[in-house]
Amino acid sequence: MKLYDWLLRVYPASFRNEYGGEMRPLFGRRLQGAKGAAVVGLWLSTVAEVFVNAAAVHFDLFKQDASYTVRGLRRSPAFAITAILILTLGIGATTAAFSVTDFVLIRPLPFREPDRLVMLLETTPGYVGMELSAPNYRDWKGAATSFESLSIYTTSAATMTGGTEPRRLNGATSSAELLVTLGVAPTIGRSFTADDEREGAARVVLLSYRLWQTEFGGDADIVGRTLVFDDAPVTVVGVMPREFHFPRSDVLFWRPARFTARDYQESERTNNRFYGIGRLKPGVTVERAQTEMSLIAAQSERQHPRENKDTGAFVYPLRDEVSQRSRLLLLALTGAAGCVLLIACANLANLLLARALGRRRELAVRTAIGAGRERLVRQLMTESLLLAVVGGALGIAVAVAAVPLLAQLVPADLPISATPTVDLRVLAVAAALSVATGIVFGMAPVLRAGGSPDLDGLREGARAGGGRKESLRSTLVVIEIAASVALLVSTGLLIRALLTVQEVDPGFRPDGVLMLQTELPLPAYRRVVTREAFYTRVIGEATALPGVTSAAFISFMPMSSFRGGMWPVSVKGDSDEASGIRSANNVAAIRYVTPGFFRTLGIPLKRGRDIGPGDSRDRPFAAVVSESFVNRYFPGQDPIGRHFTFAYAEREIVGVAANVKFRGLERTSEPQVYLSSQQVGDGEITFYVPKSLGIRTSGDPAALAPAVRDIIRRADPRLPITDVQTLPDLVERETASRSVQVRVLAAFAAVAFVLAAVGIHGLLSFTVSQRTTEIGVRIALGAQRRDILSMVLLRGVMLSLAGVVPGVLLAYAAGRSMEALLAGVHPADALTLTSAVGLSVLMTIVGTVAPTLRALRVDPIAALRTE
Amino acid sequence: MDEIAKEAAGLLPLPPATFHILLALADEDRHGYAIIQEVAARTGGELTLSAGTLYRSIQRMLEQGLLVETRDRPAPEDDDERRRYYRITALGTAVAKAEARRLTQLVKMARAAGFAPGKA
Repeated sequence: MKLYDWLLRVYPASFRNEYGGEMRPLFGRRLQGAKGAAVVGLWLSTVAEVFVNAAAVHFDLFKQDASYTVRGLRRSPAFAITAILILTLGIGATTAAFSVTDFVLIRPLPFREPDRLVMLLETTPGYVGMELSAPNYRDWKGAATSFESLSIYTTSAATMTGGTEPRRLNGATSSAELLVTLGVAPTIGRSFTADDEREGAARVVLLSYRLWQTEFGGDADIVGRTLVFDDAPVTVVGVMPREFHFPRSDVLFWRPARFTARDYQESERTNNRFYGIGRLKPGVTVERAQTEMSLIAAQSERQHPRENKDTGAFVYPLRDEVSQRSRLLLLALTGAAGCVLLIACANLANLLLARALGRRRELAVRTAIGAGRERLVRQLMTESLLLAVVGGALGIAVAVAAVPLLAQLVPADLPISATPTVDLRVLAVAAALSVATGIVFGMAPVLRAGGSPDLDGLREGARAGGGRKESLRSTLVVIEIAASVALLVSTGLLIRALLTVQEVDPGFRPDGVLMLQTELPLPAYRRVVTREAFYTRVIGEATALPGVTSAAFISFMPMSSFRGGMWPVSVKGDSDEASGIRSANNVAAIRYVTPGFFRTLGIPLKRGRDIGPGDSRDRPFAAVVSESFVNRYFPGQDPIGRHFTFAYAEREIVGVAANVKFRGLERTSEPQVYLSSQQVGDGEITFYVPKSLGIRTSGDPAALAPAVRDIIRRADPRLPITDVQTLPDLVERETASRSVQVRVLAAFAAVAFVLAAVGIHGLLSFTVSQRTTEIGVRIALGAQRRDILSMVLLRGVMLSLAGVVPGVLLAYAAGRSMEALLAGVHPADALTLTSAVGLSVLMTIVGTVAPTLRALRVDPIAALRTE
Repeated sequence: MDEIAKEAAGLLPLPPATFHILLALADEDRHGYAIIQEVAARTGGELTLSAGTLYRSIQRMLEQGLLVETRDRPAPEDDDERRRYYRITALGTAVAKAEARRLTQLVKMARAAGFAPGKA
């Protein structure tokens, strides 16, 4: 029978109390009647019966409570709407932020056993994480024992022709083993084989799922088809799975790297071209692999003391490819969402507490007419759970809608899709969050309301709300203020950082300049004369367009996709004279230009002259250098006419240009050297052949685009035209991720601010309404309205101060931890702190005004009559 | 159609346990155990309600107004302090009749289709 009693506990207490006494003897009688095996049968059927019936009884109760709740909420729609809104915002913001963070930082990479994947790079003086050279890769791979497989890749691009218009595609070139290392196989077709790597092998390509779908409509017979990449035929051997993105989300094809004896020459040891990626053997740690590779690199340095001077190895988990900044940003986002959730929860708790207080009489009456405590608790829980479920469902809807907006926060240079998705785990967390919110904040008022048979409620009249409850609610408001101050300050700091970065002088005047990128494919444009004819024709026709003042070509525009190109500089007598060996201190960025480049981009020429049409092959090799170049190599001297060795030739400085932020607004750029497009051998240094066209106009640069496209198409219809954009857009993109960050954080801060304001206003209104009688009495006894005004206002100001102090401390801590995002703005930036604190105090005062005015209008007679 | 009939129609179809309990209470007020015995007797031992099913049904039927607890007790020698007696209400009777009509219709249809013995 004990077991039966225990089984009865499955029923709700109210049902058990009502019928348990009769059910026991009924069961007892039946048990007595049963013999032998029938006893077991009876128990089994009883257990099943109890669970089925108990579930039904629970459900009946729930239906009752739910309909009671719905009726109750209909009577106070303001409460219901506010509560649901608060939950929606809180859960929506948290879920959206967590989805993106989870997608980028937490979710395992879409490869087989991703934890075993590591990056392998070289370290050279001044660069941690330099690409590997082909000879070093070959030697290191031969010596290493930590890896199950080791491969290399690099990003590349190709122009695909044969369609309606030439298309420039981003892709990757890799060793054949790459897909083995990653543990991914093509969806259709085959992987690369070692044969594909051999010199003279047929050229093959693997397509991305996206390219297959968009360019070829998912053609099932794509394998074996021949495409034209950079004027040469390539055979499609397969299509990669939809979720395969490597090394970046914008890569559309993969080609095997092909090595020849030339790639392994000693001189190639400083040609750092490839990223290494390896799969560790089972049980090998990243640290062990690092130790081994360091030893191998040291040995390699002894064998090649010149080329591998100060060259080490660097091994780190593939997972860490997410840059420190992206990581910080996502953590800041999660922190902001946490603040919003905290504020939302505090608000909700306050709301439910006030409601429970307002319902004390109702609860007391229900207790008096026989509702057990359990029934009341259950009723209140049902109410808050119902609110939480509705709010949670809406919140999840908000999150699903918001996640695509937050997609801009996902860095493009990661091996994951560019659009995050809300997955089941995140949804589960969100649902758990809603339910937990419901239970916790449903319980809080219950514990206070139902803690003891609350008959006081009947006697107490309108003067509900004692000191302890008041102080709990004040604490909640203080938490809200603190969290919103922290958010306001963080947002303010990021806004300041954005402004700081936007004020950085790029070194050129972007307004009125249109740029575009083309390709001058080899071998057609191998010869300098061929290229010069193209430049002369295009620039001539472009400058003839109305409004155009100048036009010029350069290897790569500042701040465009390629920002590197560091070559060693040798100056006779310089302490770091390097004779072709690169160190941190002797490099400069190489750029070839056509005449008029400085005028076109509005880069001030500080001394000397521009590269001119006369700087031809048979003339001394001329160079325009940046001021930073002069400061490094010829400090305090007249640089004009001085010589240095750079890019296999001796150069003479003919002019000095202002520094340009080639690497972007937020990074230090190396010294720059501009060379004449004519002064290079046929087929030499072709990577830096000028292919970027800039055109300055007095009108709207964007309007020029069609005419310029026509000009290039007439000059050579096979050339792809890409990256058509105005320079202001290019520069703006530098701060685009910051703008997005600021906008997202500002949205969170605004939500938090509004929530906190609602909370404060609600609390003060409630307090004032609770004190109506007291205020009436005071006025009746002759208190001045001014005294009452200052009494209520003082309370508001005290509350806001109590919240501001911890808020500022929290904000400072947050600011310190995201210093890397602040572009030099101090975490305790006075202007930001003052504005945030001022805003919070203002919010409190505004929130106090309405209740205060209401307090002042209290008619003493009416206030007393309510007693 | 009067109020009671309308309300009764809203409760159809009845769960089998509810219908049996109504039938058991048709002629006299009974307590829980007696209801179980009566149902078992009427069905020839085919249906023995479990305690849980019985009281869950009773709770719901009380809420729906099909039953009331009665204060009239039988002669003291037959009574047991712990026992509560239940009486069918007017609504309960109406619902039982309505359910019986519904079942009769069903049987008629089954006959017409040749699924049940008797005249078509």
